[in-house]
Amino acid sequence: MTPLLSVRDLKRHYAVRLPGGLFGKPGVLKAVDGVSLAINRGETLGLVGESGCGKSTTAKLVLGHIPATAGTIMFDGASVTARHDANWRALRRRMQMIYQDPLGALDRRLTIADQIGEPLDIHEAAMPRGQKREKVASLMDAVGLRADMAVRYPHELSGGQRQRVVIARALALDPDLLVCDEPVSALDVSIQAQVLNLLDDLRARTGFAALFISHDLKVVRQMSDRVAVMYLGRIVEEGPPEAVFRDPLHPYSRALVSAIPTPRTRGRRERIVLAGDPPNPVDTPPGCAFHPRCPVAIARCRVEKPALVAEGDRAVACHLAGAGARAVQPLAAE
Amino acid sequence: MTRQPFVTISDLTVDFDQGHRFVRALHGVSLDIARGETLGVVGESGCGKSITWLAALGLLGKRARIGGSVRLGENELARAPEATLASIRGGRIAMIFQDPSSSLNPVHRIGRQLVEALTLHRGMAGAAARAEAARLLGRVGIANAAQRLNEYPHEMSGGMNQRVMIAMALAGEPEVLVADEPTTALDATIQAQILDLLRELRKENGMALVLISHDLGVVADMADRIAVMYCGRIIEEATTDRLFDAPAHPYTRGLIAALPDIGGPKRRLASIPGTVPPPDRLPPGCAFEPRCTLSIDACRAGRPALAGMGLGHHVACLRAGQVLARELPHGEAGVTAAMSGHELVPA
Repeated sequence: MTPLLSVRDLKRHYAVRLPGGLFGKPGVLKAVDGVSLAINRGETLGLVGESGCGKSTTAKLVLGHIPATAGTIMFDGASVTARHDANWRALRRRMQMIYQDPLGALDRRLTIADQIGEPLDIHEAAMPRGQKREKVASLMDAVGLRADMAVRYPHELSGGQRQRVVIARALALDPDLLVCDEPVSALDVSIQAQVLNLLDDLRARTGFAALFISHDLKVVRQMSDRVAVMYLGRIVEEGPPEAVFRDPLHPYSRALVSAIPTPRTRGRRERIVLAGDPPNPVDTPPGCAFHPRCPVAIARCRVEKPALVAEGDRAVACHLAGAGARAVQPLAAE
Repeated sequence: MTRQPFVTISDLTVDFDQGHRFVRALHGVSLDIARGETLGVVGESGCGKSITWLAALGLLGKRARIGGSVRLGENELARAPEATLASIRGGRIAMIFQDPSSSLNPVHRIGRQLVEALTLHRGMAGAAARAEAARLLGRVGIANAAQRLNEYPHEMSGGMNQRVMIAMALAGEPEVLVADEPTTALDATIQAQILDLLRELRKENGMALVLISHDLGVVADMADRIAVMYCGRIIEEATTDRLFDAPAHPYTRGLIAALPDIGGPKRRLASIPGTVPPPDRLPPGCAFEPRCTLSIDACRAGRPALAGMGLGHHVACLRAGQVLARELPHGEAGVTAAMSGHELVPA
C-alpha cells in the first residue's frame, strides 16, 4: 500500500546573518535538515521535540505553505509544491490544519457558523445554501458546540470551545489528512482531555490521517499510532509510541522521556538531566548534532552523522543504538 | 516534629474593581508553610493560584481590595505600608515568574541587574557586589559566570534567563521562594534542569518553596504538600502521597484522570465535562457542582467548608466519603504504597 503522505529527504534552510550586525558573517539556519516520513491512510504520526527542532517548519512544508530547499513531498500520488495554483488548491482542500492558538486562527469578525462554513464557501461554491447550513449544524454537533453558539463571535467563547470551532472548520471538507500543530498546548488540563477525546472520536468516525505535533510526550503517546522524535531538524528515532517511550533507543529520546514528571513516577524516577541547551541551528555541530550533550558519545559521533536505520517497526539514528547507549544509562523499569 | 508554620495566610480574599462593582476572585484562602517545606499549588487558569501570592505580597495594584491576614513570622503583611512590603519583597520572600525574559530588563546587562538586587537587599556595592553576583550566577549553574555578567538577557537562552532570575531571587537570601510556573515556558529537558536546581537550593539554604503550577506532574515531583484550587478556593489539601493515593475531591480526581500518562496501558482520558464558571457567575452552592457527577441537592444548597479528614488531609466536599470509596481512575492504587519518603528538611 502506498502511503497517503510520503516525505523524502526534506530540507528547509534559511540564509541568516550571524551576530555582529552589519558585519556579521552570513550563515545557514538548517530548520529542517533531511526529514523522511510516511503516513498511511487513517494513521496518526506524532512528531515530538523541543522548541526550534523543526516540528512546525515540517508542518508548513508538508502543506506547501513554504517552499522546500530540497526533497520531495508526495500526497496521494501527487507532488506538493509551494506554488499556489489550482493543483495545490485541490490538494490543500484534502489537507487541513489545526493551530495552537485558536483565537489567532479565527476571524474575530465572523460568527461561528460563518467560520465553520467558510471552507465550503471557498471550495464548494455550488453547494445550495440550505445544504450548507445543514452541514455546518452537523459539524457543530459533531464537535460538541451547542446550536445557539452559531451566531456568537470567537471572543464570546472559551478557549476549549474556540478550539472546537477550529476543528469543525478543519473537518468541513472531510479532509484525508489533518495537520495538528500543538492543538491542546494552550488549553487547561480538563479541557485538553475533552479536545483530545473529541479528536480521537472524530478520527474513529471519519478516518482521517493526522500529523500530530506536540512538545508534550504524554499527549503524543495518547494520540499517535507511530511517533517520531526530532532534534535539530532531523528525526532521531521513530516507532510505536508504547515502545519508544518505554524503551527509547536514542540517548536524546531517553533523556526526553526521563525528563517528564508524572504523578505516577513521583520520586521514583531515574532521570537523565542533560547538560546545556540545544545548540544553535545555525551552527550545528559536525557529526551527530546531539553529541555535545550526549552522555555516551564516542569519537565517531563527533565526525560521522548517523543515518536513521530501521529495524523491525522501529528506527533510530545513533551509532550506539541498542547495546551501547542502553548499557550506560539504564532507565528504571516501569 | 511539630510543624512550625512560618508563613500563615488566613482567610485571604481579593476583590477586583470592575468599575461599577467588585468581583471576588479569591474567596477566603487559608494556607501555611513551614521552613524548608515545598508547598505545591495546582489548579487551572483563573483559579486564583497566582493571585493568592501576588495579594500576599501586595503586588496586585490599586484595583484589588484585599481582606484577611498574611503573617510572616511576627509581621502582618496584609495592608502593611509600602515601605514594610518593599523590604520583605525580594528580601525575606522572593518570587520568580513564568516568563524570565519579560522579568529581566532587556537594556541592562545581567551583572548590573544582579548588583542592583544585592545593593537593595544586602547593601553591597562595587567589587564586592560584583563578586557576589558572579558567585550567585555560578551557584545556579551558569558557567563562566564573571564573563556572563556582561551579557544582555537576549544573548541568553530561556533556561539561562530563568537561572538568572533564580540567582536574582537568591540575592536577598530569602526564607521563602515563590515560584509561579517557573518552567512552563521551558522545554522538557531544560525544565528538568531548573527543577533540579530549585530542589538543590531548597535543601542547601533550608528555604521554603511555594511551587505554583498547572502541571500535576511537576508538582507531584517537587512538593511535600499540595493544595488544589478551584474558582478562588482551596478545595483539597494533603501531603503529596496522600493526594495522589487517595484524592477525595471529585475535581482532584478529575484532574488526575484527565492527564495522559507516559507509561502503562493506553486508556481513554476521563475528561471533566463543562467549563470553569467565570468569577462573577459562580453557582450559589459548591462551585464544582455543575461539572460534578456525584452531586446531590445539598451541593447546590450550600458551599462545603474545608474539613479535616485526618493525616493532614483537608477537603471541601460533601461527598468526599463516596469519592474515596470509588476506585482510583488509574486503577493504580497501591503502586505508591511504598512511600517514596519525601524528606522534610528540619527547620
